[in-house]
Amino acid sequence: MTETILKRWDNELVIAGIAVLLLLPLFGMPPKTYLTLTIAGLAMGMLLFLVASGVSIILGLMDVLNFAHGALFAWGAYVGFSTFKLLEKWVQADSVLLNFGAFAAAIICAMTVVAVLGMVLERVIVRRVYGNHLFQILITFGATIVLVEMIRVIWGPNDDVMSVPLTFQGNWDVFDVIIDRYRIICILIGALVFGAVQLILKKTKLGLIVRAGVENRDMVQAMGHNIFLLFTGVFAVGAGLAALGGLAMSIFSLQVYPDMGSTYLLFAFIVVIIGGLGSVTGSLVGALIVGLSYNYVAYLVPWAAAGVNIIIMIIILLIRPKGLFTAGK
Amino acid sequence: MNDAVLKADNLQTYIGHHHILQGISFEARADAVTVLIGRNGAGKSTTLKTLMGLLPPSEGVIVYNGMNIQGKRPYEIARMGIGYVPEDMGIFADLTVEENFKVAKLKEDEATAGRLDRILELFGALGKFWHAPAGNLSGGQKQMLAIGRAMVNNISLLLIDEPSKGLAPIIVEALIEAINQIKEECVVVLVEQNFYMASAVGDYFHILDDGRIVHSGRMEALVDDEELKSRYLGISKSKS
Ligand SMILES: Nc1ncnc2c1ncn2[C@@H]1O[C@H](COP(=O)(O)OP(=O)(O)OP(=O)(O)O)[C@@H](O)[C@H]1O
Ligand SMILES: [Mg+2]
Repeated sequence: MTETILKRWDNELVIAGIAVLLLLPLFGMPPKTYLTLTIAGLAMGMLLFLVASGVSIILGLMDVLNFAHGALFAWGAYVGFSTFKLLEKWVQADSVLLNFGAFAAAIICAMTVVAVLGMVLERVIVRRVYGNHLFQILITFGATIVLVEMIRVIWGPNDDVMSVPLTFQGNWDVFDVIIDRYRIICILIGALVFGAVQLILKKTKLGLIVRAGVENRDMVQAMGHNIFLLFTGVFAVGAGLAALGGLAMSIFSLQVYPDMGSTYLLFAFIVVIIGGLGSVTGSLVGALIVGLSYNYVAYLVPWAAAGVNIIIMIIILLIRPKGLFTAGK
Repeated sequence: MNDAVLKADNLQTYIGHHHILQGISFEARADAVTVLIGRNGAGKSTTLKTLMGLLPPSEGVIVYNGMNIQGKRPYEIARMGIGYVPEDMGIFADLTVEENFKVAKLKEDEATAGRLDRILELFGALGKFWHAPAGNLSGGQKQMLAIGRAMVNNISLLLIDEPSKGLAPIIVEALIEAINQIKEECVVVLVEQNFYMASAVGDYFHILDDGRIVHSGRMEALVDDEELKSRYLGISKSKS
């Protein structure tokens, strides 16, 4: 009996347990600092989610380890960077509408360009190495080098300063808690994307086919669905989300540089492993855990910040070898 | 019309470097249930996967309704009207029963809705658990879902791999009844180790051994052939 209850509430229990653990740092710092760090952590988590969800679905559905995801992320940032350059007046204008107009334009350009790039990548390169992880790692790693070199050729080899729309700058002061505006925007974007992806996966036929494919590729094919078309589509969506992540992250960190993808790719793989392959909810929960714990630990024990996520990953894998969530959720 | 709906000729299939099917030839006739039998590892499941395009043969010809289908992709073969129930049933456990059917349906027309109604009549339990995750179904219910799902499209050939595996005798009985109804609507090719079930639904049999067909004939003949049964099926005494 208890076992069935545990099973039924499995995921809810996981989330509750994590929430309790994430409250612990409250004992080590003033509540206001905790709030500020929490918002920073949530924002970072949402950005990681954008990158990790693509990696996770591509791995879950197609069984493809895509190391080029980081380069796609950087491409998203650079396309956004150029869009902002083109719309400089809108970016600098003292108008919420124009600021958001520039942001929306950058999102659309970055996601479209990179989605097309992702489709080409899948068709030309990844399709040849389905079923072989070693070749996937090698060939997508090679693709990363090419994509990053292309960035150096097009945009130059040096760092650039990413401009930030005027509305996104500055803070709100809510009862003496300093809240960075752009962080709230990141949290909202992440929540919106999560909601949209969930809606598609749960409510549309295409989403159901993707979830079914994560569970059993062969069966989906044997039911008359062209899995290769599906793969290309999912790859394009994953690439688009990576681009959105790259754009959002570059505004957050105020810079773009050709190699920016590699750091975040490592984080994304940690998130995917924590959350469970092929699970979008898992990616979200994993990304929030990584974002929050990184921020808490960086404040409490600065020297441990870099390692904490790896430790969390190891602990979670010891308890649940397949990650927190099962595929398809 | 008594011609073959499906004709396999000299199928050779490799899995990795292993030469698994070493020349499988057989026919499935219209208005009949063809049963493939043989001991574990004989190549029965591999034969169905080869027919379905999941394991493309390196040699051989598969003719279905007069068309060559070897070399076609699984989804193309499925769209030509072949339904497939794999040995592990291929249930989408995280999806509900309803969603499993949604993924299976290739069209949303009246004919499909009519077929779904008949499937739910045939397998009443499915309607009862319509909104439950398919992973929660019992073994027998999963088998019903797998078969029902495969029949929701307008198929003319149904390939079923060992449906009786791991099921209680009373459920096997129900499955026999179901297959006897299904065969009125489409041609059935069944892989079955349970000789009781094989003989209850089959009209023709082919015995596989080591990737080849070693005996074929009408089911009645096999029922009486103690020697053949004990040699290939490990049945010592007839059970009638
Ligand atoms: N993925 C694989 N790699 C290597 N060999 C395989 C693989 N799948 C099947 N085989 C081998 O192919 C042979 C035929 O397997 P198959 O599953 O077709 O047998 P079967 O007749 O369906 O047996 P069973 O009654 O146990 O289901 C077996 O010897 C098996 O070991
Ligand atoms: Mg088998």
